[in-house]
Amino acid sequence: MILDSLDLTAQQFTAGTGWEIKPEGACKGEVCVPLGRPRDFDLVATAERLRMALVHDEAEGLWALGPESLGDRSLVTAAAPELVLDDLEGREFRLSSLRGQKVLLVSWAPY
Amino acid sequence: MVTVSLEMSGAEASRPYIEAAAPEHPSLLDPSHRMDALFGVVNIPNVVWIDEQGMVVRPAEPGWPESQGVRLRALSEAMPKVGRAPGAPPPPTAAADLRTQLASGQDRSTYADAVRDWVTKGAASEHALSADEVVARSQPRSMATSQAAAHFELAQQLWRTGRRDAALGHFRECHRLQPDNWTYKRQAWSAVSEERVGGDVGRFVQGPVEGEEDAWPFASDFRSDVAVLAPGEYYPKTL
Repeated sequence: MILDSLDLTAQQFTAGTGWEIKPEGACKGEVCVPLGRPRDFDLVATAERLRMALVHDEAEGLWALGPESLGDRSLVTAAAPELVLDDLEGREFRLSSLRGQKVLLVSWAPY
Repeated sequence: MVTVSLEMSGAEASRPYIEAAAPEHPSLLDPSHRMDALFGVVNIPNVVWIDEQGMVVRPAEPGWPESQGVRLRALSEAMPKVGRAPGAPPPPTAAADLRTQLASGQDRSTYADAVRDWVTKGAASEHALSADEVVARSQPRSMATSQAAAHFELAQQLWRTGRRDAALGHFRECHRLQPDNWTYKRQAWSAVSEERVGGDVGRFVQGPVEGEEDAWPFASDFRSDVAVLAPGEYYPKTL
């Protein structure tokens, strides 16, 4: 997730990472990681708790937040994460819109 | 079926392939490689199976949606002579050729049959995994992997906005941090060879043009990296 500052709302964090900030902590599927009841969303503390890399390119004025690594595997839950991407015409598609059907999600590339 | 193109440079690079296939299913563009971060994709093609309840029943793995053998594009005529990155690992004396390497590991001829079995039998299919197995069999993810993903995001953002040198530094860093992520490598190698060679083959060169090795900005290249793999390492057998 690309950031131009560390001033992020919980909603933006959820949209970018798939982790929801709830009273019980940061949650994805059935997995919840306690955050120690902070009053306001704290990106740096949350990233540290979820073992997400936070990389700064000072010269370019950008930050990037890597995905969670707290479970040592790329999936912490079998619940499919939401995937929101555009098609060729710029129409937004949500993976969750196919709930109720089996989905074969195929990655390819023109290289 | 949903197909996702892991190409950072914009819709036009993927458009000819999507239009030629004229898919009836959603065909999406993933310039920042969300599939890597969200699902643990590390190479293409990679397939994820998701059931009606939205649960992954097979994590990202090499797979082909129809029965096929190895198809290498007929590129030889237009392909320039490709050299080796100056820092590339030396080729082993008994290195298998590219076709043999790509044909080893996951069985291309039976993958589609396994998909059909799951479509017919659902959770009763021998190929559908439990939730615990799905998590355990998803790709390893260390802090270094998370750092690699962050560097890749910076690289693609900087590349797309014309900040080439800054992007190259982040590409090199993500390759160093996660050397077994082939989409990060192939994306970067293909972008640079496309710049140099262009045309129908530019993105497939993925190494320095012979005689121009010193201008190649990466530690290795596609052919050199594949040559040092053990059989089955490029598309690991999971089925």
